[in-house]
Amino acid sequence: MAKRIDVSGLSAFYGSHKAIDDISMTVEPCSVTAFIGPSGCGKSTFLRTLNRMHEVTPGGRVEGKVMLDDENLYASGIDPVAVRRTVGMVFQRPNPFPTMSIRDNVTAGLRLNGSYKKRELDEIVEKSLRGANLWNEVKDRLDRPGAGLSGGQQQRLCIARAIAVEPEVLLMDEPCSALDPISTLAVEDLIGELKQRFTIVIVTHNMQQAARVSDRTAFFNLSGIGEPGRLVEIDDTERIFSNPSVQATEDYISGRFG
Amino acid sequence: MDTPTSKAPAPPEAPQGRRTTGKAGDRVFLGLSRGSGIVLLVIMAAIAAFLAYRASLAISKDQANFLTAFAWNPQGNPPEFGIAILAYGTVVSSIIAMAVAVPVAIGIALFVSHYAPRKLAAPMAYVIDLLAAVPSIVYGLWGALVLVPYLAGLNQWLDEYLGWTYIFDKTGSGPARSLFTVGLLLAVMILPVITNVIREVFLQVPRMHEEAALALGATRWEVIRMSVLPFGRSGIISASMLGLGRALGETMAVATVLSPSFVFSGHLLDPGGGTFAQNIAAKFNEADAFGRDALIASGLVLFVITLLVNGAARLIIARRKEYSGAAA
Repeated sequence: MAKRIDVSGLSAFYGSHKAIDDISMTVEPCSVTAFIGPSGCGKSTFLRTLNRMHEVTPGGRVEGKVMLDDENLYASGIDPVAVRRTVGMVFQRPNPFPTMSIRDNVTAGLRLNGSYKKRELDEIVEKSLRGANLWNEVKDRLDRPGAGLSGGQQQRLCIARAIAVEPEVLLMDEPCSALDPISTLAVEDLIGELKQRFTIVIVTHNMQQAARVSDRTAFFNLSGIGEPGRLVEIDDTERIFSNPSVQATEDYISGRFG
Repeated sequence: MDTPTSKAPAPPEAPQGRRTTGKAGDRVFLGLSRGSGIVLLVIMAAIAAFLAYRASLAISKDQANFLTAFAWNPQGNPPEFGIAILAYGTVVSSIIAMAVAVPVAIGIALFVSHYAPRKLAAPMAYVIDLLAAVPSIVYGLWGALVLVPYLAGLNQWLDEYLGWTYIFDKTGSGPARSLFTVGLLLAVMILPVITNVIREVFLQVPRMHEEAALALGATRWEVIRMSVLPFGRSGIISASMLGLGRALGETMAVATVLSPSFVFSGHLLDPGGGTFAQNIAAKFNEADAFGRDALIASGLVLFVITLLVNGAARLIIARRKEYSGAAA
């Protein structure tokens, strides 16, 4: 189910501005890969190219290849809508559908894909909410609006919504940056459990978080204002945080940045 | 630290028992805004009192049932007048207008906000604004000179294929100066107002709600159905009420197109009927003091209908408030 991501020679543009330049990397299935780097270095942009969300931004354009196992996501004839159904995404700010109940939020993606019997949906709702460690908190109020939950609960609801459709890859764009430490811990624990079943890529500004949750870490940087972001190095997390092979990575991690 | 789940600004802190040192600017502004609020309430109360007083003068002398009689003859002996025909004509023409205008307005607003290329969207929004600025007498003339003759064909078609529904059965061969034509004309007139408000609301849909749907693998239409329309729901209702208010009260255009009569007819394509505003405009000049009171009484009914419609709309919006986008 979980798939390997193999990126080669990928550049992304906003109009004529090149945001990231020539990135190649491999993400192993059932692992957690963290992207770290200063603001504006293109980690979020790169993340969004992995499920073809970059191109919904006006002027957004991508060159290069993203292989999901042996399928190129950017081959002609590939429907971006279908890509997004297999590569799920969790955003920086929790964004449950405000007009939907908790139950409907979880099943929103399923209802796009086809028709299910109520019993099947109920099972998936419970399974997904348990998977997101939210079931015990909301099982008595599944018909209440999702927007009524706390920020951390909303984010876990969004994770439940993303895993309900059983994606092959789960992308997380700074999923904890709007959460308090307790909720952050809950989401981090969850990431550890989810990697049994999904390939996870997470963007984070919090280096301790990268060190805690990820197996591999990629460091992105940009050489100056207006320059495109580049991948500096990707390696096992332990190695990146103890003995990185590039000086810039060590400078960034130890706070001697710039 | 807790995460804010609401974007609404926090309510201002309640004033403490001790007055803060009075700054002149604060006091002037407080006086101005409080004064404005009071003036509004006083004006509203004065209008209501005026309408109620003059209406009561007329209704107390009415020999027919004011609410159900099919006649308007306040000068007669005995005076007999009732608003049944007017209420029927006003409500029916407005319903037709809403039924036509609201779906089209939603369509246009969606196109301008989510489908049209940017180069096209801005000029289109501008043209819609212009349409809203056309005076109603111009619409009336257009209706009488263009719409009425051109609708003859449509009327014939409706009569032929939908005549069995009774309401589209045309019993005479008169011109299309009917409630149906008025409804269509009103639809054209209220379309720009409704479209503009709905477009504004659609443009305010937070990007993150649309991306939530996109990331789940929603197509463009599914994004609209999952995030844009639910978010815009209360806005659509408000916009419709704005349009409905205009349709209910429209005077000149209706008076120009309709050939009024006080004979009740359920056949919408037949000429005849009337609306509150049209009736007042048509009869006011030649009415004596008592006749004017009678017209004012009919105006009061229109006032009440508008109030009820607005109240109903607010109820609908309030009932699902916690599910609305405002709570996100």
